[in-house]
Order: sequence, then C-alpha cells, then structure tokens
Amino acid sequence: MTIDLPLIWYFLIGFAVAMYVVMDGFSLGVGILYPFFRDDAHRDVMMNTTSPVWDGNQTWMILGGAGLYGAFPLAYATFLPALYLPLILMLLSLIFRGIAFEFRFKSTRSRKWFDLAFSGGSMVATFSQGMVLGGIINGLNVENRSFAGGPFDWFSPFALFIGVALIIGYALLGASWLIMKTEGSLQRRCYQLARPLTILMVLCTLIVGVWTPLDNSRVAERWFTFPNILWFSPVPVLVVLLAWSIWDGVTHSHERRLFFKVLGLFFLGLSGLVISFFPLIIPPDVTMWDAASSRASQLFLLIGYAVLIPIILAYTGYSYYVFRGKVREGEGYY
Amino acid sequence: MAGLEALDLARFQFAFTVSFHILFPAFSIGLASYLMILEGLWLRTGREVYHNLYRFWVRIFAVAFGLGVVSGVVMAYQFGTNWSGFAERAGDITGVLLTYEVLTAFFLEAGFLGIMLFGEDRVGKRLHFFATCMVAIGTLISMTWILMSNSWMQTPAGYEIVDGRFEPANWLAIMFNPSFPYRIVHMGLAAFISVGFVVGGVGGYHLLRNRRDEAARKMFSMAMWAIVVALPLQIMAGDMHGLNTLEHQPAKVAAMEGHWENEPGSAGMPLVLFGMPDMDSASNRFEITVPHASSLILTHSWNGQIEGLKQWPRDEWPDVPLVFWTFRIMVGLGMLMLGVGLLGLFLRWRGRLYDSAWFHRAMMFATPVGFIALLAGWITTEAGRQPWVVYGMLRTTDAVSSLHAGSLWASLVGFLLVYAIIFGIGIYYMVRLVRAEPMAQEPHGGPGEERQPKRPMSGADEAFEEQN
Repeated sequence: MTIDLPLIWYFLIGFAVAMYVVMDGFSLGVGILYPFFRDDAHRDVMMNTTSPVWDGNQTWMILGGAGLYGAFPLAYATFLPALYLPLILMLLSLIFRGIAFEFRFKSTRSRKWFDLAFSGGSMVATFSQGMVLGGIINGLNVENRSFAGGPFDWFSPFALFIGVALIIGYALLGASWLIMKTEGSLQRRCYQLARPLTILMVLCTLIVGVWTPLDNSRVAERWFTFPNILWFSPVPVLVVLLAWSIWDGVTHSHERRLFFKVLGLFFLGLSGLVISFFPLIIPPDVTMWDAASSRASQLFLLIGYAVLIPIILAYTGYSYYVFRGKVREGEGYY
Repeated sequence: MAGLEALDLARFQFAFTVSFHILFPAFSIGLASYLMILEGLWLRTGREVYHNLYRFWVRIFAVAFGLGVVSGVVMAYQFGTNWSGFAERAGDITGVLLTYEVLTAFFLEAGFLGIMLFGEDRVGKRLHFFATCMVAIGTLISMTWILMSNSWMQTPAGYEIVDGRFEPANWLAIMFNPSFPYRIVHMGLAAFISVGFVVGGVGGYHLLRNRRDEAARKMFSMAMWAIVVALPLQIMAGDMHGLNTLEHQPAKVAAMEGHWENEPGSAGMPLVLFGMPDMDSASNRFEITVPHASSLILTHSWNGQIEGLKQWPRDEWPDVPLVFWTFRIMVGLGMLMLGVGLLGLFLRWRGRLYDSAWFHRAMMFATPVGFIALLAGWITTEAGRQPWVVYGMLRTTDAVSSLHAGSLWASLVGFLLVYAIIFGIGIYYMVRLVRAEPMAQEPHGGPGEERQPKRPMSGADEAFEEQN
C-alpha cells in the first residue's frame, strides 16, 4: 500500500490556510474596526492586543504559498497569474500594514499616517483575499497545464460580494477578539458593534449559500443529491445555532466564549468549501492528484514540514500563552 | 509585439523586486557573522568595546532582518505570478528548495533570533553566544537553499524530464549542481564585503565626529581588516567562478567579454577594457583592448581562445551590452575596493588609520559600494543566463505567465511606489540608528512580550522622528 501523498499535502496546505484565516483574520479585523474608534488611547490598546503575534500569524500564509509551489506547482502556477491583480493588491496592503505595526508606536507627528496605513491596509488586504476566494470558487480556466484566461477573469459580482462579506466577517472576528482582550469603554463599544456585525454576517452567509449553487451547477449537483445532502445539511443548521449563540453571548456579556464561537463560524465556512469542492484544487476541473508534484518532491518536502510545523505550533502556542489576559491602556507591548 | 512587451515588463518587475530584496538578506548574512565575531571577542577578551559594538549593530540587524522578511514575502509569490510556466515545469525542484528556505527562516525566527535580540539578560552568556552563532549559521543556510535553486537554473543537474516537466531524480545532484560551490563562495564573500563597507562607512562617520571614540576606532579597524582580507579572496573566487561559467555557460562568458568571434591565427584573445557592444553588427564600437589578456584570464595561456557569440544562433544570445557593462561595473568596483583595502593597510602601517579624516570621509561615501557591485554581479549572471530560465532547457518566453501588459504595468507602478515609501521609511530609520553614539543598550523582550522575534524590528526602539 502506498501513502496518498497528495491527499496529505491537500490537508496540510488546507491546515496552513485555516491557521492563517483563524490567526490573521482577527488582526485584520482590528484594523478594519479602526475607523469606529476615534480615541488615540483606544487605538493604542487595539493595536497592542495583536502586535505581539501578528507577524507570526502571517507565517502561515507564506507556509501555505511556498508549500503550494513545491507540492502543487500547477495550482501555484495557475492561482497566481489568474488572480494576479487582487493578489498583488493584497501583498502591497500587507506591506503597508506591517510597516504601520512597527512604526506607529515609534512616531508622534506622523502617527495619523501610520493609522491610515494600518486600517486602509487591513481593509484592502481583506477585500483582496475575498475576491481571490470568490475567483477560485467561480473557477479558473486551465488549458495545457497553464492558466488560459484574461486578467479580469476573477472579477465578478460574486467575487466582489465575497470581498465585502470577508470584511464583515473579519470585523466580527476582530470585535470578538477585542471583547476578550479589553475592558471598559473600548469593550462596551465592541459589544455594540458585535450585534449588527453578527446580523450582517449571517445575512452574507445566507446570500453566499444561495448564490454559490445558482452560479455553479456542479456545486448545486453535489449539494442537492442524495446522500451528499445528508452530509451537508448539518452545516447550515450549525451556522444558525452558532449565530444565535453569538447573539445570546453578546446579551449576556460572555467575553471569552464569543471569539471562539465566531471562529466556529469561519470553520463551518471552510468546511463548506471542502465539502463543495473536494478533491478539486483548482475548480472547476483540476484535482489535487492532477496538480501534485512528483512523489520524490512531496516526500522530500514532507520531511521539512514534519520537523518544523510542530516547532512553529509550539512556539506560537507559547507566545499566546505568555501574552494571555487583558490589555490595558498605557500598558505597552510595543 | 504585445507578447514581447509583457515579457520585458515581467522581467523588469521581477528584477526590481528581487534586486530590492537581495540587499537585505545580503546585509543580514554579513552582519550576523560580524555580530558573531564581536560577541566571540567580547567573551574571549572581556573588553566592553566589543559588547557596545554588538549592542549597536544588533539593532540595525533587527531592522534589516525585518525589511528582508517584508520584501521576501513578495518573492514567495513572484515565481508564480510572473513565471508560472517555470513554476509549473520546474516547481518539483525549485519549489521544494524555496520552501526549505522559508522553513529555515521561520525556524530561526521561532527560536534563536528571539534569544539573540532580546534574551541577553535572561540566558547565560554562553547560551546567548550560541544563539548568535545559530542565527549567523542560519542566514548562511538560508542563502544556501536559495543559491542551490538559482544555481540549478544556471547549471541544471539531477533531474529527469517527465511529460515536459522537471522531476527530481537525485536530490544530491540537484543541490550540489556544478555551479553551486562557486556561486555560494562568491555570494557569501560579496555579503561580507558589502557589510565590511557599511561598517567601515559608519565607523568613518563616527571617527569624523570624534576620532578618540574607542568603538568607532574598533569598528573602523575591523572593517578595514575584513576588506583587505576578503577582497583578494573574492577576486580569486570570482576568477574560478568565471572559469566554471566558461565550462557550463560559454555564451554568457562571451557576452561578458564582448567576444563575438575567434580571431584566426594566433593573436590570442584581447581583453576589451571599454567598448560599446552592438548586437546588430556583432562587434564592439570604440573598443580599447589589451592584447592577449583575455586569453590569459580565461584559458591561462598566451594564445588560448574561447568560443565567440557568433557560434551560437542569434536567438541564443543574451543582451550583450547589459551583461558586458554590469560585468565591468562589478569588476571595476572590485578593483576599487581592493585599492581602498590596500590604502587602509598602508595607513595602518604608517600609524595614520585613525587620523586621516579624508580617508574616513572617503569610506563614508563608499558605504554602498559593496552592494552596488553585488547587484551588478547578479545582473551579469542572471541577464547572462538569458534567453533561458533553466539554462539550455527552458526558454524565458515559455516560462512567462500569460499576463497582460496592463496588469504588469499596474503592479510595477504599485511596487515602485510602495517600495519607495516603505523602504524609504525603513532606510531613513536605519540611518537614524547608525548615527546614534555606539554604546550599550540593554535589551528586553521575549515571546509574547513587548518586543519579540516575530517582530524583529521591535529590536530597535529609537524614536522615528527627530526629538526636539
């Protein structure tokens, strides 16, 4: 019996992407929420809640990207030129955002510019990520093992909508993160924001749930045939239950559990993607086995991941552990 | 024509981002080794000046490392955005090597960089020195992976072609391909020399302010030693690398030399000191030559000949003027740097090294010279590889993504603007750091604390603006 290496890699890269969404999502969300907070002291605290860990969070995006290059070269070579414009936009905004993290606290007079770079960068990066995701769901035209479409193939009302939806989603994630990490007037403001954001997020999920099968007959076929529908039906039910529980949590000020419930919503979205497209890696046609690099490549690469991923996970866990608890005004982490 | 334009834009955009990026890792590689030497000397001699210099340079190292991470993220995507044909066909090999580089870098950040930047008051001196050594070695390992990948593109080995794709047949042959040993020595020395000139320039600046400053004298002296030792080694390594290139990529060497065809008879190959290579007429205009010199350099014999460009079809020529000129810039600056090194040695012998303000000023202006030579050398070897992306196997025209010129223009302008702003800020800040008096600064921080290794730039805490 031989091990199905592409399958292992499919889930490894899926894991890296999930880790990225979980970990960088809330820190992008904090940036997205910046315009709702005018007070400089609040903004200090907001950035302080995430600045010790954000750079490590982005590790996962690079691990996913580089891993894709080595393990699924065809997917790497298709996604990147096909989604060129939104991806470049994302990289540029992440650079701005990264520099703002480093220099905001070192500056006084130029601080407003670093504020703008932080919140603008967060928003544009999130929007681009949403459009990338929307473009992939819509499907990419691959012929003769290379992308055969135009520069705006990814562009569609659906992709734009996913971009907006992701901004709302990350904002909710950011708000629930801040509820967990802060107190006082800043925390109260986040509770106020959490309610409308939850409503918007459920609305977005609903629209995506209807729009995707309407646009995409293969997904519709997969969703609405027996027995697949049995596998899939718990997802919308769980979404509704979780959303209700988040609403309830805001009412009863559950400051810690909220964040993990919102993460649960994201996890459900991700599992919905896997259910809809597995084993495709480039919708609508290319499977992970078609896109995989040679066995020798995947095996060699796996050794490095097997050694490094546990170390990175342990270090990440340690960082979050040391940094646990509330962040207060004037308590610098910069 | 539209296709060609997109190819040129893709090349230019890639060249821009990769050239920008290479400066920071080169700086980190050289500086990490310098820091290792400083801390080693401090532990051995117990002299506080080494410790002060360590604290001075480690802050600058932190910022350079951070900027390298930022520009490196972009590089992880550029192979796919611009060169999807290459990524798809050679990703089984180059994608794996690149990922190992990423893993190495993250491993460093996760572990030893944190101890090095922030752990001085938390761990023993020996363990801290060990961390510094590991970071220095780690930057060298990172460089190794990248240069393995690049060398494999120059002199591919250890692969088999399956359905038009390169698949690994022998990892050792891939990693230790024929040009790799030469390239790594040449690049490693280039990084050390570049940092030697930066340290020398900063030392010169502080000597101009106060020539009694012990730290300034020490760094200036160390830099001058490094330069005068490394330059002759680098010239030797460069010569050997050139001979290796002659063996595996003779057309590149012909372009470097502006050598179009073999002279009949036994006139030997002249060395073209100056000239304007013209690809249309396949000749050099306004050339100034030294008889037999190229024969001596390249074949180590009086009348030796190498193949001229005309022996290859026209569509296998690189851009001759670009290769020819960047090579001359590199070699010219190399000679200049050797001269500076010897001058420093002479002044030291006469006991005037710390008293010659003109020399300190000259060193200050020479700060970027190592980096310029390094970039010129990279352009020589990369442009000289053209029209191939994998030498002799895969043409750049077949490797480029099918991007529209408009997309490439947009991204090129975007990168130009953003890099100008971001690296303008970063370099401005680094200049502020090097202008500070070299004295000990106590480090604090660690995982989950205000300053920690996932944010290497937090290793410096100088205010961003001038304080009034």
